[in-house]
Amino acid sequence: MSTKLIDLQHITKSYDSNVILDDMNLYIRENEFLTLLGPSGCGKTTTLRIIGGFEKPDSGVVLFDGKDITNLPPNKRQLNTVFQKYALFTHMTIAENIAFGLKIKGKSKSYIQDKIKYALKLVNLDGFENRMPDSLSGGQQQRIAIARAIVNEPKVLLLDEPLGALDLKLRQDMQYELIRLKNELGITFIYVTHDQEEALTMSDTIVVMNQGYIQQIGTPEKIYNEPENAFVADFIGDSNIIDGIMVQDELVEILGAKFACVDKGFGSNKPVDVVIRPEDVDLVKPEEGTIQGVVTHIIFKGVHYEMEVSANGYDWLVQSTDMFPVGTKVGIKIDPFDIQIMNKPESEDEEAIAIDA
Amino acid sequence: MRKKLLAAPYTVWSVAFILIPLAMVFYYGLTDETGAFTLENIAAIATAEHSKALWLSLLLSLISTIICFFLAYPLAMILCRMQVNQHKFIVFIFILPMWMNFLLRTLAWQTLLEKSGVINNILSFFHLPTQNLINTPGAIVLGMVYNFLPFMILPIYNSLTKIDPNVINAAHDLGANNFQTLLKIIFPLSLPGVVSGITMVFVPSLTTFAISTMLGGSKILLIGNVIEQEFTQASNWHLGSGLSIVLMIFIILNMVLNTAFDKEGEGNVI
Repeated sequence: MSTKLIDLQHITKSYDSNVILDDMNLYIRENEFLTLLGPSGCGKTTTLRIIGGFEKPDSGVVLFDGKDITNLPPNKRQLNTVFQKYALFTHMTIAENIAFGLKIKGKSKSYIQDKIKYALKLVNLDGFENRMPDSLSGGQQQRIAIARAIVNEPKVLLLDEPLGALDLKLRQDMQYELIRLKNELGITFIYVTHDQEEALTMSDTIVVMNQGYIQQIGTPEKIYNEPENAFVADFIGDSNIIDGIMVQDELVEILGAKFACVDKGFGSNKPVDVVIRPEDVDLVKPEEGTIQGVVTHIIFKGVHYEMEVSANGYDWLVQSTDMFPVGTKVGIKIDPFDIQIMNKPESEDEEAIAIDA
Repeated sequence: MRKKLLAAPYTVWSVAFILIPLAMVFYYGLTDETGAFTLENIAAIATAEHSKALWLSLLLSLISTIICFFLAYPLAMILCRMQVNQHKFIVFIFILPMWMNFLLRTLAWQTLLEKSGVINNILSFFHLPTQNLINTPGAIVLGMVYNFLPFMILPIYNSLTKIDPNVINAAHDLGANNFQTLLKIIFPLSLPGVVSGITMVFVPSLTTFAISTMLGGSKILLIGNVIEQEFTQASNWHLGSGLSIVLMIFIILNMVLNTAFDKEGEGNVI
């Protein structure tokens, strides 16, 4: 894989007595679409602002292409930011907005004209040169903000919840557009969001954060299918997180019943957290299931039905395309590879993280 | 019907205290003692004495406005960057003198600047030559700046606080240094505040007669003093009104400028 473009080493940041980031280590490879994902206050935006140069870490270093840029002001960094609320210059036309960075750098008029044309075409807003930002819709303003950043040909584009203010449909369209842009431009994207779906759709790598700590780094598939702890499992999608006991390798006991699984090396008779995704719970005839229960709630969600099944004292969240009316007796069956075993949190810190989630 | 009833006090107020006085100023300004129509009262501005007072007024108000701007802008920027508790206190300090009577404050400057006033006493205590401070154009400008400075600070401060910090971050992000950001982003975005600050300092400075009477003695006549004297001493309401109309033209010009810029600030001019 390609080299580390940005390397954050032992970054610590606190405001007053609030620790936002605690000894954070993270690197971003060239040409990667990396997403910082987490609930508000997890330190994801602060991380982005440290990379952008708008905040200085209390300790630690930021390396860019191997060079220390920790104390470099934002205007000297080879990266550009797309801000949450677009932050367009409302007193300038669209063309002037896009030209701003190029004019500062003293580029020639014809070069700037070409770049404006190119950037507007890239974001599908040809002919908007002389409009004012206020006359544009939210989605259009966001695309201008992106155009304004990319004409400077940054090595890295930082995006701070850029789609947060848009409605669902527009957000989905923009997600595809961002992926397209990333592929066309071949630059590194660092993306901040609290929306797990957005993160799963667009990223090469997801960094899940909570309370100033990195919880897990991995590909979307890995994060979704193999969460490392209960926080990640809970934050990424819906899941059933149940206390269990690892009886032996490839056998776990949950709610008094033994399930076959594929995990090994946890030891024998060890308490663990068991994560089962709602779509991985198979509802079958009572006699065919490992355990039996009764459907207590059902909601139609469009693609699937979402049901709650009370079985052995636990309310299972189940998603299925088959419908089982409330009151139906059902059996629960789970394929071994759909059961994800996680160690119980050991330190109090980790415990706090899990409980807060 | 109900709404109209509620508006009645304001209608009566505007008619009685705004429209009728204005109409009277125009009536007196455009007639002579016999009641015949004339433009003489307005043309009277061209006489050496009057035009000198008008130009001096314009000059001193302009200087005061410029000084106020250069004092207020950096201060408003500093205020903007302060924490909420701190900046509220500082704004309070700047508004505090406005709770005292305007004449009283100007009178205080008189005591400070007088020939045997506080400043000259201190100077002579240290065996330094006493200065001729009062009754100079400088004293009048000082009075104007002192009295009207808050009216410049507050609108600028208001418009600066409305700027999204991320817009400033974006400018830095795109490569602009602090000075370029101030010139190309912060200043243009604060222009509505600057223009209304200018109006709020320039207009009262241009029309004042109290400051020039107290700090300029009777030696320096501003257009405000001339008009006041026509009404109080010469009892020539016609000439006084005529000169007032001329002064109004300058104020209206300033207002037109203000609205033009304000519109731009709101982004209505596309």
